Amino acid sequence: MNWKTFLALLGRDAHVARRNIVPLFLQTFLQPMMFVFIFGRVMVSSGYMPPAYKSLLLPGIMAISMVFTGVWAVAMPLIGEFQFTREIEDRLLAPINISWLAIEKVIFGTMQAVIAGLVVIPAAWLLLRPGVGLNLSSPLAFACVTLLVALFSSCGGLALGCSVEQTHIGLMFSMVLTPMIFFGCTYYPWSALGHFPILQKVVLINPLVYASEGLRGTLVPQFPHISVWAVLIVLAFFDLMFLFVGLKRFRAKAVS
Amino acid sequence: MLAGIKTRDLRKVYTSAPPLAAGGGFGFGATRAKGKKQPKPQIVALDGLSLEVAPGEIFGLLGPNGAGKSTTVGVLTTRVRPTGGQAWIGEHDVWAEQVAVKRLIGVVQQRPNLDFTLTAREILLFHGAYFGIDSRVRAERAEKLLDRFKLTDRAEQMVRGFSGGMMQRLSIARAMMHDPQVLFLDEPSAGLDPQTRLLLWEIIREYNQSGKTILLTTHNMEEADALCRRLAIIDHGRNIALGTPAELKASVPGGYLLRLRFGQHTPELLQRLQGLAGVREVRATGNDNNSADIYADRGGSLVSEIANLAAVAAVELCDVHISEPSLENLFLHHTGRSLRD
Repeated sequence: MNWKTFLALLGRDAHVARRNIVPLFLQTFLQPMMFVFIFGRVMVSSGYMPPAYKSLLLPGIMAISMVFTGVWAVAMPLIGEFQFTREIEDRLLAPINISWLAIEKVIFGTMQAVIAGLVVIPAAWLLLRPGVGLNLSSPLAFACVTLLVALFSSCGGLALGCSVEQTHIGLMFSMVLTPMIFFGCTYYPWSALGHFPILQKVVLINPLVYASEGLRGTLVPQFPHISVWAVLIVLAFFDLMFLFVGLKRFRAKAVS
Repeated sequence: MLAGIKTRDLRKVYTSAPPLAAGGGFGFGATRAKGKKQPKPQIVALDGLSLEVAPGEIFGLLGPNGAGKSTTVGVLTTRVRPTGGQAWIGEHDVWAEQVAVKRLIGVVQQRPNLDFTLTAREILLFHGAYFGIDSRVRAERAEKLLDRFKLTDRAEQMVRGFSGGMMQRLSIARAMMHDPQVLFLDEPSAGLDPQTRLLLWEIIREYNQSGKTILLTTHNMEEADALCRRLAIIDHGRNIALGTPAELKASVPGGYLLRLRFGQHTPELLQRLQGLAGVREVRATGNDNNSADIYADRGGSLVSEIANLAAVAAVELCDVHISEPSLENLFLHHTGRSLRD
Protein backbone atom coordinates (compact mmCIF):
# COMPACT_ATOMS: atom_id res chain seq x y z
CA MET A 1 0.00 0.00 0.00
CA ASN A 2 1.41 3.30 -1.11
CA TRP A 3 0.03 6.05 1.12
CA LYS A 4 1.51 8.98 -0.77
CA THR A 5 -0.23 7.91 -3.96
CA PHE A 6 -3.46 7.16 -2.13
CA LEU A 7 -3.51 10.59 -0.47
CA ALA A 8 -2.70 12.27 -3.78
CA LEU A 9 -5.69 10.51 -5.36
CA LEU A 10 -7.90 11.72 -2.50
CA GLY A 11 -6.38 15.18 -2.88
CA ARG A 12 -7.31 15.26 -6.54
CA ASP A 13 -10.95 14.38 -5.83
CA ALA A 14 -11.13 16.93 -3.00
CA HIS A 15 -9.67 19.57 -5.31
CA VAL A 16 -12.27 18.86 -7.99
CA ALA A 17 -15.10 18.85 -5.43
CA ARG A 18 -13.90 22.16 -3.98
CA ARG A 19 -13.93 23.67 -7.44
CA ASN A 20 -17.54 22.52 -7.95
CA ILE A 21 -18.74 23.34 -4.46
CA VAL A 22 -21.74 25.48 -5.44
CA PRO A 23 -23.37 23.09 -7.95
CA LEU A 24 -22.52 20.23 -5.60
CA PHE A 25 -24.26 22.00 -2.74
CA LEU A 26 -27.37 22.82 -4.77
CA GLN A 27 -27.55 19.32 -6.17
CA THR A 28 -27.34 17.77 -2.71
CA PHE A 29 -29.61 19.99 -0.68
CA LEU A 30 -32.07 21.79 -2.91
CA GLN A 31 -34.43 18.88 -3.49
CA PRO A 32 -34.52 17.54 0.10
CA MET A 33 -35.00 21.04 1.49
CA MET A 34 -37.93 21.70 -0.84
CA PHE A 35 -39.39 18.39 0.26
CA VAL A 36 -38.93 19.29 3.89
CA PHE A 37 -40.53 22.67 3.34
CA ILE A 38 -43.61 21.39 1.47
CA PHE A 39 -44.32 18.26 3.50
CA GLY A 40 -43.00 19.33 6.86
CA ARG A 41 -44.06 22.93 6.85
CA VAL A 42 -46.81 23.64 4.32
CA MET A 43 -48.73 20.38 4.74
CA VAL A 44 -48.38 20.38 8.53
CA SER A 45 -49.27 24.07 8.97
CA SER A 46 -52.35 23.64 6.80
CA GLY A 47 -53.47 20.68 8.85
CA TYR A 48 -53.21 17.96 6.18
CA MET A 49 -50.41 16.25 8.13
CA PRO A 50 -50.19 15.82 11.91
CA PRO A 51 -47.43 17.90 13.62
CA ALA A 52 -45.56 14.73 14.60
CA TYR A 53 -44.86 14.10 10.92
CA LYS A 54 -42.08 16.70 11.06
CA SER A 55 -40.00 14.51 13.34
CA LEU A 56 -40.83 11.37 11.40
CA LEU A 57 -39.81 12.95 8.11
CA LEU A 58 -36.39 14.26 9.11
CA PRO A 59 -34.50 10.95 9.37
CA GLY A 60 -35.97 9.83 6.04
CA ILE A 61 -34.82 13.02 4.34
CA MET A 62 -31.40 12.54 5.88
CA ALA A 63 -31.24 9.00 4.49
CA ILE A 64 -32.27 10.17 1.01
CA SER A 65 -29.69 12.95 0.98
CA MET A 66 -26.92 10.64 2.12
CA VAL A 67 -27.70 7.88 -0.35
CA PHE A 68 -28.20 10.27 -3.23
CA THR A 69 -24.94 12.09 -2.43
CA GLY A 70 -22.88 8.94 -2.00
CA VAL A 71 -24.17 7.28 -5.16
CA TRP A 72 -23.81 10.47 -7.15
CA ALA A 73 -20.31 11.25 -5.82
CA VAL A 74 -18.93 7.87 -6.84
CA ALA A 75 -21.05 6.70 -9.77
CA MET A 76 -21.25 9.84 -11.88
CA PRO A 77 -17.49 10.59 -12.10
CA LEU A 78 -16.78 6.89 -12.73
CA ILE A 79 -19.31 6.63 -15.54
CA GLY A 80 -17.83 9.73 -17.15
CA GLU A 81 -14.19 8.84 -16.63
CA PHE A 82 -14.52 5.34 -18.05
CA GLN A 83 -16.11 6.65 -21.22
CA PHE A 84 -14.49 7.51 -24.52
CA THR A 85 -12.22 10.15 -22.99
CA ARG A 86 -10.76 7.67 -20.47
CA GLU A 87 -9.99 10.44 -18.04
CA ILE A 88 -9.29 7.87 -15.35
CA GLU A 89 -6.35 6.41 -17.27
CA ASP A 90 -3.69 8.57 -15.64
CA ARG A 91 -4.82 7.43 -12.20
CA LEU A 92 -4.95 3.79 -13.28
CA LEU A 93 -1.28 4.20 -14.22
CA ALA A 94 -0.39 5.63 -10.79
CA PRO A 95 1.98 3.35 -8.85
CA ILE A 96 -0.64 1.66 -6.70
CA ASN A 97 -2.84 -1.40 -7.12
CA ILE A 98 -5.86 -0.27 -9.15
CA SER A 99 -8.30 -1.55 -6.52
CA TRP A 100 -7.07 1.21 -4.21
CA LEU A 101 -8.31 3.77 -6.70
CA ALA A 102 -11.80 2.29 -6.32
CA ILE A 103 -11.43 2.27 -2.54
CA GLU A 104 -10.30 5.88 -2.63
CA LYS A 105 -13.48 6.75 -4.55
CA VAL A 106 -15.54 4.91 -1.92
CA ILE A 107 -13.84 6.71 0.96
CA PHE A 108 -14.31 10.08 -0.71
CA GLY A 109 -17.96 9.31 -1.47
CA THR A 110 -18.49 8.17 2.12
CA MET A 111 -17.07 11.42 3.45
CA GLN A 112 -19.37 13.43 1.19
CA ALA A 113 -22.38 11.37 2.22
CA VAL A 114 -21.61 11.83 5.93
CA ILE A 115 -21.26 15.59 5.45
CA ALA A 116 -24.51 15.71 3.47
CA GLY A 117 -26.32 13.78 6.22
CA LEU A 118 -24.95 15.95 9.00
CA VAL A 119 -25.80 19.18 7.18
CA VAL A 120 -29.38 18.05 6.54
CA ILE A 121 -30.14 17.80 10.28
CA PRO A 122 -29.62 21.48 11.24
CA ALA A 123 -30.94 22.72 7.87
CA ALA A 124 -34.15 20.73 8.17
CA TRP A 125 -34.44 21.59 11.83
CA LEU A 126 -34.27 25.30 10.97
CA LEU A 127 -36.90 24.91 8.27
CA LEU A 128 -39.25 22.86 10.42
CA ARG A 129 -39.01 24.42 13.85
CA PRO A 130 -40.74 24.49 16.13
CA GLY A 131 -41.95 21.01 16.83
CA VAL A 132 -39.09 18.70 15.80
CA GLY A 133 -38.56 16.21 18.58
CA LEU A 134 -35.02 14.90 17.99
CA ASN A 135 -33.98 12.50 20.73
CA LEU A 136 -30.37 11.45 20.29
CA SER A 137 -30.12 8.97 23.11
CA SER A 138 -27.17 6.95 21.81
CA PRO A 139 -24.68 9.04 19.84
CA LEU A 140 -22.50 5.99 19.23
CA ALA A 141 -25.34 4.04 17.61
CA PHE A 142 -26.21 7.10 15.55
CA ALA A 143 -22.57 7.46 14.41
CA CYS A 144 -22.41 3.77 13.46
CA VAL A 145 -25.67 3.90 11.51
CA THR A 146 -24.61 7.13 9.75
CA LEU A 147 -21.26 5.65 8.75
CA LEU A 148 -22.78 2.40 7.49
CA VAL A 149 -25.43 4.31 5.50
CA ALA A 150 -22.73 6.50 3.93
CA LEU A 151 -20.62 3.43 3.10
CA PHE A 152 -23.57 1.62 1.58
CA SER A 153 -24.31 4.61 -0.63
CA SER A 154 -20.73 5.00 -1.87
CA CYS A 155 -20.18 1.26 -2.34
CA GLY A 156 -23.50 1.13 -4.17
CA GLY A 157 -22.28 4.06 -6.26
CA LEU A 158 -19.14 2.09 -7.14
CA ALA A 159 -21.14 -0.97 -8.19
CA LEU A 160 -23.62 1.13 -10.18
CA GLY A 161 -21.00 3.39 -11.70
CA CYS A 162 -19.07 0.41 -13.04
CA SER A 163 -22.20 -1.31 -14.37
CA VAL A 164 -24.08 1.52 -16.05
CA GLU A 165 -23.16 3.06 -19.39
CA GLN A 166 -23.36 6.80 -19.91
CA THR A 167 -26.39 6.42 -22.13
CA HIS A 168 -28.27 4.67 -19.31
CA ILE A 169 -27.80 7.25 -16.57
CA GLY A 170 -31.42 8.41 -16.87
CA LEU A 171 -32.55 4.82 -16.58
CA MET A 172 -30.39 4.33 -13.51
CA PHE A 173 -32.26 7.15 -11.78
CA SER A 174 -35.75 6.15 -12.84
CA MET A 175 -35.31 2.38 -12.48
CA VAL A 176 -33.02 2.11 -9.47
CA LEU A 177 -32.86 5.24 -7.35
CA THR A 178 -36.46 6.49 -7.57
CA PRO A 179 -38.13 3.15 -6.61
CA MET A 180 -35.50 2.76 -3.91
CA ILE A 181 -36.48 6.11 -2.43
CA PHE A 182 -40.25 5.57 -2.62
CA PHE A 183 -40.09 2.04 -1.25
CA GLY A 184 -37.30 2.92 1.17
CA CYS A 185 -39.47 3.89 4.16
CA THR A 186 -38.14 7.41 3.85
CA TYR A 187 -41.46 9.30 4.07
CA TYR A 188 -43.14 6.78 6.36
CA PRO A 189 -41.98 4.19 8.91
CA TRP A 190 -41.70 0.56 7.91
CA SER A 191 -44.53 -0.32 10.32
CA ALA A 192 -46.85 1.86 8.21
CA LEU A 193 -46.68 -0.84 5.55
CA GLY A 194 -48.50 -3.22 7.93
CA HIS A 195 -51.60 -2.94 5.78
CA PHE A 196 -49.66 -4.26 2.78
CA PRO A 197 -48.10 -7.41 4.23
CA ILE A 198 -46.55 -8.61 0.97
CA LEU A 199 -45.09 -5.23 0.12
CA GLN A 200 -43.81 -4.96 3.68
CA LYS A 201 -41.76 -8.15 3.18
CA VAL A 202 -40.64 -7.26 -0.34
CA VAL A 203 -39.23 -3.85 0.59
CA LEU A 204 -36.83 -5.57 2.97
CA ILE A 205 -34.53 -6.20 0.02
CA ASN A 206 -34.16 -2.43 -0.30
CA PRO A 207 -31.12 -1.27 1.69
CA LEU A 208 -32.58 2.23 2.00
CA VAL A 209 -35.26 0.76 4.32
CA TYR A 210 -32.55 -0.03 6.86
CA ALA A 211 -30.94 3.36 6.38
CA SER A 212 -34.20 5.24 7.07
CA GLU A 213 -35.22 2.95 9.90
CA GLY A 214 -31.76 3.05 11.47
CA LEU A 215 -31.66 6.84 11.46
CA ARG A 216 -35.23 6.92 12.75
CA GLY A 217 -34.29 4.50 15.54
CA THR A 218 -31.33 6.62 16.63
CA LEU A 219 -32.70 10.15 16.04
CA VAL A 220 -36.43 9.84 16.82
CA PRO A 221 -36.76 6.54 18.74
CA GLN A 222 -40.21 7.58 19.95
CA PHE A 223 -41.58 6.35 16.58
CA PRO A 224 -41.87 2.66 15.71
CA HIS A 225 -38.74 1.41 13.94
CA ILE A 226 -36.81 -1.74 13.06
CA SER A 227 -34.35 -2.77 15.78
CA VAL A 228 -31.10 -0.80 15.51
CA TRP A 229 -29.04 -3.96 15.92
CA ALA A 230 -30.77 -5.59 12.98
CA VAL A 231 -30.21 -2.42 10.98
CA LEU A 232 -26.49 -2.41 11.78
CA ILE A 233 -26.05 -6.05 10.79
CA VAL A 234 -27.99 -5.77 7.53
CA LEU A 235 -26.31 -2.51 6.53
CA ALA A 236 -22.88 -4.03 7.18
CA PHE A 237 -23.88 -6.94 4.95
CA PHE A 238 -25.03 -4.60 2.15
CA ASP A 239 -21.83 -2.54 2.50
CA LEU A 240 -19.62 -5.59 2.06
CA MET A 241 -21.69 -7.00 -0.78
CA PHE A 242 -21.70 -3.74 -2.77
CA LEU A 243 -17.99 -3.25 -2.10
CA PHE A 244 -17.20 -6.75 -3.33
CA VAL A 245 -19.35 -6.41 -6.46
CA GLY A 246 -18.11 -2.87 -7.08
CA LEU A 247 -14.43 -3.81 -6.86
CA LYS A 248 -14.94 -6.78 -9.14
CA ARG A 249 -16.70 -4.68 -11.74
CA PHE A 250 -14.17 -1.90 -11.39
CA ARG A 251 -11.28 -4.25 -12.13
CA ALA A 252 -13.13 -5.74 -15.08
CA LYS A 253 -13.78 -2.29 -16.47
CA ALA A 254 -10.30 -0.96 -15.83
CA VAL A 255 -8.30 -3.75 -17.48
CA SER A 256 -9.20 -5.24 -20.82
CA MET B 1 18.65 2.15 -13.39
CA LEU B 2 18.33 1.40 -17.08
CA ALA B 3 15.40 -0.72 -18.13
CA GLY B 4 14.63 -2.49 -21.37
CA ILE B 5 11.50 -4.18 -22.64
CA LYS B 6 10.99 -7.84 -23.44
CA THR B 7 8.03 -9.88 -24.55
CA ARG B 8 7.81 -13.58 -25.19
CA ASP B 9 5.06 -15.18 -27.25
CA LEU B 10 2.57 -12.52 -26.32
CA ARG B 11 -1.00 -13.38 -27.25
CA LYS B 12 -4.16 -11.40 -26.81
CA VAL B 13 -7.60 -12.46 -27.92
CA TYR B 14 -10.43 -10.02 -27.30
CA THR B 15 -13.85 -11.50 -26.74
CA SER B 16 -15.62 -8.15 -26.94
CA ALA B 17 -14.93 -4.86 -28.65
CA PRO B 18 -11.24 -4.00 -28.46
CA PRO B 19 -10.69 -1.75 -25.52
CA LEU B 20 -10.39 1.95 -25.23
CA ALA B 21 -7.57 1.16 -22.82
CA ALA B 22 -5.52 -0.12 -25.70
CA GLY B 23 -6.14 3.14 -27.44
CA GLY B 24 -8.89 1.56 -29.47
CA GLY B 25 -6.45 0.52 -32.17
CA PHE B 26 -9.17 -1.11 -34.18
CA GLY B 27 -11.28 0.98 -36.43
CA PHE B 28 -14.56 -0.78 -35.85
CA GLY B 29 -16.92 -1.37 -32.97
CA ALA B 30 -17.91 -4.97 -32.45
CA THR B 31 -21.07 -5.26 -30.40
CA ARG B 32 -21.04 -7.43 -27.34
CA ALA B 33 -22.86 -10.70 -27.81
CA LYS B 34 -25.87 -11.04 -25.56
CA GLY B 35 -26.68 -14.31 -23.87
CA LYS B 36 -24.86 -17.60 -24.08
CA LYS B 37 -26.28 -18.93 -27.32
CA GLN B 38 -24.38 -16.62 -29.57
CA PRO B 39 -20.63 -17.22 -29.35
CA LYS B 40 -18.68 -14.09 -28.52
CA PRO B 41 -16.71 -12.70 -31.41
CA GLN B 42 -13.04 -13.49 -31.02
CA ILE B 43 -10.55 -10.97 -32.25
CA VAL B 44 -6.93 -12.04 -32.24
CA ALA B 45 -4.95 -8.86 -31.62
CA LEU B 46 -1.59 -10.40 -30.73
CA ASP B 47 -0.52 -13.74 -32.10
CA GLY B 48 2.73 -14.75 -30.44
CA LEU B 49 4.63 -11.49 -30.46
CA SER B 50 8.22 -11.65 -29.20
CA LEU B 51 10.31 -8.51 -28.96
CA GLU B 52 13.39 -7.33 -27.16
CA VAL B 53 14.15 -3.67 -26.75
CA ALA B 54 17.54 -2.79 -25.29
CA PRO B 55 17.81 -0.24 -22.49
CA GLY B 56 18.38 3.23 -23.90
CA GLU B 57 17.04 2.38 -27.33
CA ILE B 58 14.39 4.17 -29.38
CA PHE B 59 12.39 1.31 -30.77
CA GLY B 60 9.55 1.64 -33.24
CA LEU B 61 6.53 -0.56 -33.83
CA LEU B 62 5.42 0.06 -37.38
CA GLY B 63 2.22 -1.30 -38.80
CA PRO B 64 -1.16 -0.39 -40.22
CA ASN B 65 -4.29 0.23 -38.14
CA GLY B 66 -5.36 -2.89 -36.30
CA ALA B 67 -1.93 -4.55 -36.51
CA GLY B 68 -1.73 -4.92 -32.72
CA LYS B 69 0.50 -1.95 -31.90
CA SER B 70 -1.78 -0.39 -29.30
CA THR B 71 -2.53 -3.76 -27.74
CA THR B 72 1.21 -4.38 -27.39
CA VAL B 73 1.57 -1.04 -25.63
CA GLY B 74 -1.53 -1.87 -23.54
CA VAL B 75 -0.03 -5.16 -22.35
CA LEU B 76 3.36 -3.61 -21.63
CA THR B 77 1.77 -0.83 -19.58
CA THR B 78 -0.44 -3.11 -17.40
CA ARG B 79 -3.61 -1.93 -19.10
CA VAL B 80 -4.40 -5.05 -21.11
CA ARG B 81 -4.32 -8.54 -19.64
CA PRO B 82 -2.45 -10.85 -22.00
CA THR B 83 -4.19 -14.08 -23.00
CA GLY B 84 -0.83 -15.83 -23.17
CA GLY B 85 2.91 -15.21 -23.04
CA GLN B 86 4.93 -12.89 -20.84
CA ALA B 87 6.21 -9.35 -20.82
CA TRP B 88 8.91 -7.63 -18.77
CA ILE B 89 9.95 -4.06 -18.14
CA GLY B 90 13.51 -4.23 -16.83
CA GLU B 91 13.52 -7.12 -14.37
CA HIS B 92 9.83 -6.91 -13.59
CA ASP B 93 7.13 -9.15 -14.96
CA VAL B 94 4.49 -6.70 -16.17
CA TRP B 95 1.43 -8.66 -15.06
CA ALA B 96 2.81 -9.99 -11.76
CA GLU B 97 4.55 -6.81 -10.57
CA GLN B 98 2.29 -4.08 -11.81
CA VAL B 99 3.12 -1.42 -9.25
CA ALA B 100 6.89 -1.78 -9.77
CA VAL B 101 6.35 -1.61 -13.52
CA LYS B 102 4.11 1.45 -13.29
CA ARG B 103 6.89 3.27 -11.45
CA LEU B 104 9.24 2.67 -14.38
CA ILE B 105 6.98 3.66 -17.24
CA GLY B 106 5.44 6.79 -18.71
CA VAL B 107 2.61 6.32 -21.19
CA VAL B 108 1.17 8.49 -23.91
CA GLN B 109 -1.88 6.83 -25.33
CA GLN B 110 -3.19 7.24 -28.82
CA ARG B 111 -6.15 9.30 -27.73
CA PRO B 112 -5.61 12.17 -25.32
CA ASN B 113 -7.01 11.08 -21.97
CA LEU B 114 -6.42 14.18 -19.91
CA ASP B 115 -8.27 14.89 -16.69
CA PHE B 116 -10.86 17.38 -17.94
CA THR B 117 -11.69 18.70 -14.49
CA LEU B 118 -8.18 20.11 -14.00
CA THR B 119 -6.05 22.86 -15.52
CA ALA B 120 -2.94 22.03 -17.54
CA ARG B 121 -0.62 22.79 -14.64
CA GLU B 122 -2.76 20.85 -12.16
CA ILE B 123 -2.65 17.83 -14.45
CA LEU B 124 1.14 17.82 -14.23
CA LEU B 125 1.20 18.57 -10.51
CA PHE B 126 -1.27 15.84 -9.58
CA HIS B 127 0.51 13.36 -11.84
CA GLY B 128 3.72 14.15 -9.95
CA ALA B 129 1.86 13.74 -6.66
CA TYR B 130 0.61 10.27 -7.65
CA PHE B 131 4.28 9.32 -8.02
CA GLY B 132 5.15 10.73 -4.60
CA ILE B 133 7.32 13.58 -5.90
CA ASP B 134 7.60 16.33 -3.28
CA SER B 135 5.78 19.55 -3.96
CA ARG B 136 8.76 21.82 -4.66
CA VAL B 137 10.29 19.44 -7.24
CA ARG B 138 6.84 18.91 -8.70
CA ALA B 139 6.29 22.62 -9.25
CA GLU B 140 9.73 23.06 -10.82
CA ARG B 141 9.30 20.15 -13.20
CA ALA B 142 5.81 21.21 -14.22
CA GLU B 143 7.09 24.70 -14.99
CA LYS B 144 9.96 23.32 -17.06
CA LEU B 145 7.76 20.93 -19.03
CA LEU B 146 5.08 23.55 -19.70
CA ASP B 147 7.80 25.77 -21.06
CA ARG B 148 9.41 23.00 -23.12
CA PHE B 149 6.08 22.06 -24.70
CA LYS B 150 5.13 25.70 -25.21
CA LEU B 151 2.08 25.56 -22.95
CA THR B 152 3.07 28.11 -20.32
CA ASP B 153 0.55 30.73 -21.44
CA ARG B 154 -2.30 28.22 -21.21
CA ALA B 155 -1.10 26.59 -17.97
CA GLU B 156 -3.91 27.90 -15.79
CA GLN B 157 -6.72 27.02 -18.18
CA MET B 158 -8.95 23.97 -18.06
CA VAL B 159 -7.86 21.51 -20.73
CA ARG B 160 -11.41 20.98 -21.98
CA GLY B 161 -10.95 23.88 -24.37
CA PHE B 162 -7.55 22.80 -25.68
CA SER B 163 -6.96 21.93 -29.32
CA GLY B 164 -6.02 18.36 -30.23
CA GLY B 165 -2.38 19.29 -30.67
CA MET B 166 -2.20 21.01 -27.31
CA MET B 167 -3.80 18.03 -25.58
CA GLN B 168 -1.27 15.76 -27.24
CA ARG B 169 1.64 17.93 -26.11
CA LEU B 170 0.30 18.03 -22.57
CA SER B 171 -0.17 14.23 -22.57
CA ILE B 172 3.49 13.82 -23.48
CA ALA B 173 4.59 16.35 -20.87
CA ARG B 174 2.53 14.47 -18.29
CA ALA B 175 4.13 11.15 -19.19
CA MET B 176 7.58 12.72 -18.66
CA MET B 177 6.62 14.36 -15.38
CA HIS B 178 7.88 11.53 -13.15
CA ASP B 179 10.99 11.02 -15.29
CA PRO B 180 10.19 7.40 -16.26
CA GLN B 181 12.90 4.99 -17.42
CA VAL B 182 10.75 3.69 -20.23
CA LEU B 183 8.49 5.94 -22.26
CA PHE B 184 5.67 4.55 -24.39
CA LEU B 185 4.36 6.78 -27.15
CA ASP B 186 1.38 5.42 -29.05
CA GLU B 187 1.16 7.36 -32.31
CA PRO B 188 2.72 10.44 -30.72
CA SER B 189 2.60 12.75 -33.69
CA ALA B 190 -0.89 11.92 -34.94
CA GLY B 191 -2.75 15.18 -35.35
CA LEU B 192 0.28 17.41 -34.81
CA ASP B 193 1.23 20.12 -37.27
CA PRO B 194 4.67 19.72 -38.95
CA GLN B 195 6.31 22.28 -36.71
CA THR B 196 5.10 20.67 -33.50
CA ARG B 197 6.07 17.28 -34.86
CA LEU B 198 9.64 18.47 -35.25
CA LEU B 199 9.58 19.86 -31.72
CA LEU B 200 8.31 16.52 -30.48
CA TRP B 201 11.03 14.62 -32.34
CA GLU B 202 13.64 16.87 -30.80
CA ILE B 203 12.21 16.29 -27.32
CA ILE B 204 12.09 12.52 -27.86
CA ARG B 205 15.73 12.44 -28.98
CA GLU B 206 16.76 14.60 -26.06
CA TYR B 207 14.91 12.38 -23.60
CA ASN B 208 16.56 9.32 -25.11
CA GLN B 209 20.00 10.89 -24.75
CA SER B 210 19.56 10.83 -20.99
CA GLY B 211 19.59 7.02 -21.25
CA LYS B 212 15.84 6.43 -21.36
CA THR B 213 14.24 3.67 -23.37
CA ILE B 214 11.52 4.76 -25.76
CA LEU B 215 9.00 2.59 -27.54
CA LEU B 216 6.86 4.36 -30.08
CA THR B 217 4.23 3.12 -32.45
CA THR B 218 3.57 4.78 -35.74
CA HIS B 219 2.35 4.19 -39.21
CA ASN B 220 4.35 7.12 -40.42
CA MET B 221 7.50 5.85 -42.15
CA GLU B 222 9.20 9.18 -42.04
CA GLU B 223 8.83 9.28 -38.28
CA ALA B 224 10.05 5.72 -37.81
CA ASP B 225 13.00 6.47 -40.05
CA ALA B 226 13.87 9.73 -38.35
CA LEU B 227 13.67 8.54 -34.75
CA CYS B 228 14.07 4.81 -34.32
CA ARG B 229 17.30 2.92 -33.93
CA ARG B 230 15.48 -0.32 -34.57
CA LEU B 231 12.06 -1.17 -35.88
CA ALA B 232 9.69 -4.06 -35.78
CA ILE B 233 7.10 -4.25 -38.48
CA ILE B 234 4.00 -5.93 -37.17
CA ASP B 235 0.88 -7.06 -38.91
CA HIS B 236 -1.99 -9.24 -37.64
CA GLY B 237 -0.33 -9.35 -34.21
CA ARG B 238 2.87 -10.92 -35.49
CA ASN B 239 6.35 -9.57 -35.88
CA ILE B 240 7.14 -9.79 -39.59
CA ALA B 241 10.45 -7.96 -39.81
CA LEU B 242 12.99 -6.56 -37.36
CA GLY B 243 16.12 -4.45 -37.77
CA THR B 244 17.50 -0.95 -38.18
CA PRO B 245 15.62 1.20 -40.69
CA ALA B 246 18.57 0.90 -43.09
CA GLU B 247 18.80 -2.90 -42.73
CA LEU B 248 15.12 -3.28 -43.26
CA LYS B 249 15.14 -1.11 -46.31
CA ALA B 250 18.13 -2.96 -47.74
CA SER B 251 16.26 -6.23 -47.33
CA VAL B 252 13.88 -5.28 -50.13
CA PRO B 253 15.18 -6.58 -53.48
CA GLY B 254 15.56 -3.83 -56.02
CA GLY B 255 14.65 -1.30 -53.44
CA TYR B 256 16.23 1.64 -55.31
CA LEU B 257 14.43 3.59 -57.96
CA LEU B 258 16.41 5.74 -60.44
CA ARG B 259 14.34 8.10 -62.56
CA LEU B 260 16.25 9.21 -65.64
CA ARG B 261 15.61 11.88 -68.27
CA PHE B 262 17.45 11.85 -71.58
CA GLY B 263 17.51 14.13 -74.66
CA GLN B 264 16.21 11.20 -76.70
CA HIS B 265 16.86 7.56 -75.75
CA THR B 266 16.98 4.58 -78.04
CA PRO B 267 15.86 0.96 -77.58
CA GLU B 268 19.52 -0.13 -77.77
CA LEU B 269 20.45 2.13 -74.87
CA LEU B 270 17.63 0.74 -72.72
CA GLN B 271 18.81 -2.77 -73.58
CA ARG B 272 22.31 -1.94 -72.43
CA LEU B 273 21.04 -0.36 -69.22
CA GLN B 274 19.20 -3.60 -68.50
CA GLY B 275 22.54 -5.39 -68.68
CA LEU B 276 24.17 -3.37 -65.87
CA ALA B 277 24.91 -5.26 -62.66
CA GLY B 278 22.14 -4.91 -60.07
CA VAL B 279 19.49 -3.60 -62.45
CA ARG B 280 16.21 -5.46 -62.06
CA GLU B 281 13.98 -3.70 -64.49
CA VAL B 282 14.12 -0.84 -66.99
CA ARG B 283 10.91 0.82 -67.97
CA ALA B 284 10.47 3.56 -70.54
CA THR B 285 8.10 6.23 -69.29
CA GLY B 286 6.51 9.22 -70.95
CA ASN B 287 5.52 9.43 -74.61
CA ASP B 288 8.42 11.21 -76.24
CA ASN B 289 11.26 8.71 -75.67
CA ASN B 290 13.07 10.83 -73.15
CA SER B 291 12.35 9.25 -69.74
CA ALA B 292 13.04 5.89 -68.11
CA ASP B 293 12.72 4.33 -64.63
CA ILE B 294 15.31 1.86 -63.44
CA TYR B 295 14.58 -0.45 -60.53
CA ALA B 296 17.87 -1.65 -59.05
CA ASP B 297 19.64 -3.09 -56.01
CA ARG B 298 21.94 -0.10 -55.76
CA GLY B 299 21.55 3.61 -56.24
CA GLY B 300 24.38 6.18 -56.55
CA SER B 301 27.02 3.76 -57.82
CA LEU B 302 24.96 3.12 -60.95
CA VAL B 303 24.95 6.76 -62.02
CA SER B 304 28.47 6.86 -63.52
CA GLU B 305 27.85 3.62 -65.44
CA ILE B 306 24.59 4.98 -66.82
CA ALA B 307 26.35 8.21 -67.82
CA ASN B 308 29.09 6.20 -69.59
CA LEU B 309 26.58 4.13 -71.56
CA ALA B 310 24.69 7.27 -72.55
CA ALA B 311 27.92 8.93 -73.71
CA VAL B 312 28.87 5.86 -75.78
CA ALA B 313 25.41 5.88 -77.41
CA ALA B 314 25.68 9.65 -77.97
CA VAL B 315 22.52 10.29 -75.94
CA GLU B 316 22.40 13.28 -73.63
CA LEU B 317 21.65 12.45 -69.98
CA CYS B 318 19.70 15.45 -68.59
CA ASP B 319 18.53 14.40 -65.13
CA VAL B 320 18.90 11.59 -62.57
CA HIS B 321 16.78 11.21 -59.46
CA ILE B 322 17.48 8.45 -56.93
CA SER B 323 14.79 7.24 -54.50
CA GLU B 324 16.22 5.30 -51.60
CA PRO B 325 14.45 2.15 -50.46
CA SER B 326 11.57 3.22 -48.26
CA LEU B 327 9.70 1.55 -45.43
CA GLU B 328 6.62 1.89 -47.56
CA ASN B 329 8.28 -0.38 -50.15
CA LEU B 330 9.35 -2.67 -47.36
CA PHE B 331 5.90 -2.99 -45.89
CA LEU B 332 4.50 -3.63 -49.32
CA HIS B 333 7.14 -6.26 -49.88
CA HIS B 334 6.41 -8.11 -46.61
CA THR B 335 2.65 -7.88 -46.46
CA GLY B 336 1.53 -7.23 -50.00
CA ARG B 337 -0.39 -4.27 -48.57
CA SER B 338 0.37 -0.61 -48.45
CA LEU B 339 0.73 0.98 -45.01
CA ARG B 340 -2.05 3.36 -45.86
CA ASP B 341 -4.57 0.66 -46.73
